[in-house]
Amino acid sequence: MSTVARTGESAGKVLSLYRQLLRQGNQFSSYNFREYAKRRTRDAFRENKNVEDPRKVQELVQKGLQNLQMLKRQTVISQFYQQDRLVVEGGLSGKDNEGGKLRQKDTGWD
Amino acid sequence: MSNIAPSVLRQASRLAAAAPLRSARVLSRATTAAAVKTASASASRSYVTETKRNNADVQAEHAIKLDHREMEKQGLAISAQDGSSQHVSPMADVLSNAAVMDEGQRPIYLDMQATTPVDPRVLDAMMPYFTNVYGNPHSRTHAYGWETDKAVEEARKHIADLIGADPKEIIFTSGATESNNMSIKGVARFFSRSGKKKHIITSQTEHKCVLDSCRHLQDEGFEVTYLPVKSSGLIDMAELEAAIRPDTAIVSIMAVNNEIGVIQPLEEIGKLCRSKKVFFHTDAAQAVGKIPLDVNAMNIDLMSISSHKIYGPKGIGACYVRRRPRVRLDPIISGGGQERGLRSGTLAPPLVVGFGEACRIAKDEMPYDSKRIKYLSDRLLNGLLSMEHTSQNGDPKHFYPGCVNVSFAYVEGESLLMALKDIALSSGSACTSASLEPSYVLRALGNSDESAHSSIRFGIGRFTTEQEIDYVLKAVTERVGFLRELSPLWELVQEGIDLNTIQWSQH
Repeated sequence: MSTVARTGESAGKVLSLYRQLLRQGNQFSSYNFREYAKRRTRDAFRENKNVEDPRKVQELVQKGLQNLQMLKRQTVISQFYQQDRLVVEGGLSGKDNEGGKLRQKDTGWD
Repeated sequence: MSNIAPSVLRQASRLAAAAPLRSARVLSRATTAAAVKTASASASRSYVTETKRNNADVQAEHAIKLDHREMEKQGLAISAQDGSSQHVSPMADVLSNAAVMDEGQRPIYLDMQATTPVDPRVLDAMMPYFTNVYGNPHSRTHAYGWETDKAVEEARKHIADLIGADPKEIIFTSGATESNNMSIKGVARFFSRSGKKKHIITSQTEHKCVLDSCRHLQDEGFEVTYLPVKSSGLIDMAELEAAIRPDTAIVSIMAVNNEIGVIQPLEEIGKLCRSKKVFFHTDAAQAVGKIPLDVNAMNIDLMSISSHKIYGPKGIGACYVRRRPRVRLDPIISGGGQERGLRSGTLAPPLVVGFGEACRIAKDEMPYDSKRIKYLSDRLLNGLLSMEHTSQNGDPKHFYPGCVNVSFAYVEGESLLMALKDIALSSGSACTSASLEPSYVLRALGNSDESAHSSIRFGIGRFTTEQEIDYVLKAVTERVGFLRELSPLWELVQEGIDLNTIQWSQH
């Protein structure tokens, strides 16, 4: 976040925008778009972290807000038209199962 | 305790039903097992009901039994090949797959030269024009037309900005194929009216639509020179200069090759053509938005642009037609005079707006994307070339990093593609993937048939992740190794025999 915005309530705004963008970007059902959204916001905020001019900061925040609106619409659309997961994504629980079927954890006495 | 016995008995009865011949032995074994289990269970007390084994997985066996009974009723039960009494049900396969469907099955996409996914930002820009803003941009009389016309003109400006042109010089078409046809046939036919210029120059590695248009023009009476390329894929400038004649109408060289990713020296070619007063057309479908292009600095007179290669919608493209000095074309599609009379027909505002947005995003993101794609491409290429007997097709210095074309010796390309069926790849271009001929581009480089057959093209784009590249590297190394182990040629090579010295006997 910029040095100007490092203090004051604009720092909070920028930080909250960043968190909202990341959280919304995580809602994409497509692996590639999801990873791109998270990576791009991270890199864009990192790139602009030393911007001083308050007008430029305001402009960037506006662009961020527009992107947030776009993300809200597009994540919903992407969830309507879901597809099966990619091979590189891994299973539901993210657990590693070497061959065989994915079973629930054994409950009860051993 | 009392819960166990019925379930065990049920399982025993199921086993009995499945294998009637072995029933007696199995039943006895099952009952003894049941007896042992009940004995042990009663020894330790449990207050929690045992989780049944079947809880976590799909009742595949049960469903198979039901299906089997249905089939028997219809008299369709097929016995298995080996003659056992196990009846094979077509649903069994599907269900057993369904049970392990928890993991992803969809292949990862690494074929960006064939097409690219539509960027969500592009879709977001297109949506209003598919829903509420539905006017015809050529309607001059009401607000519906005016608002879509405004959007179309804005899109035109975005595209022009990307290539350094004036918005009035952009003509929308249905794609790069139509733009190529329009440019080459249009210029050639315009000149054939006066009968002065009858010669066309192109290269052997052009896209099929360019080569086919030229062949078509040969039937109309034009002469076409197909320039050979060096083994790196680049055009030889001296040969081009020698090929230009006083009656050359147009030179068509593509900017970035779709199969090997080689970037041609556009400034030099443009300068040469301008000095000889010959029109320079370039098929920049794979280049626009990926490498910096400037039609004025490169003296380009005609350029074909494709939307679906830069994360835009499919079905729309553009042709840049220079106005100063004016390039005269014979239009292919006649009609109401839209698009400066060069391409009549109603424009599709959603597609046009999506295309414009894709170009705007490409211009903004070009530094970030190119840095990232170079990083991923270097990672992939280093990994692939570190395997033995692999080589890159195309010039290693002048190529677009997003298109990596590697030959794997002693492995057949189609079989490698089948082995890599969890990765969406291509060997050669999508247009030629239907035929089994080796790619003409790779043949033009001077590669032998076997080498042309055994190459794979990896396409990296804006949305490719490091994880996908690592997955690809791991998969390729494993499976190429596996396929090579199967190959007798590989054995011979390992022993050190030079394959060219072998006398293959005729049968």
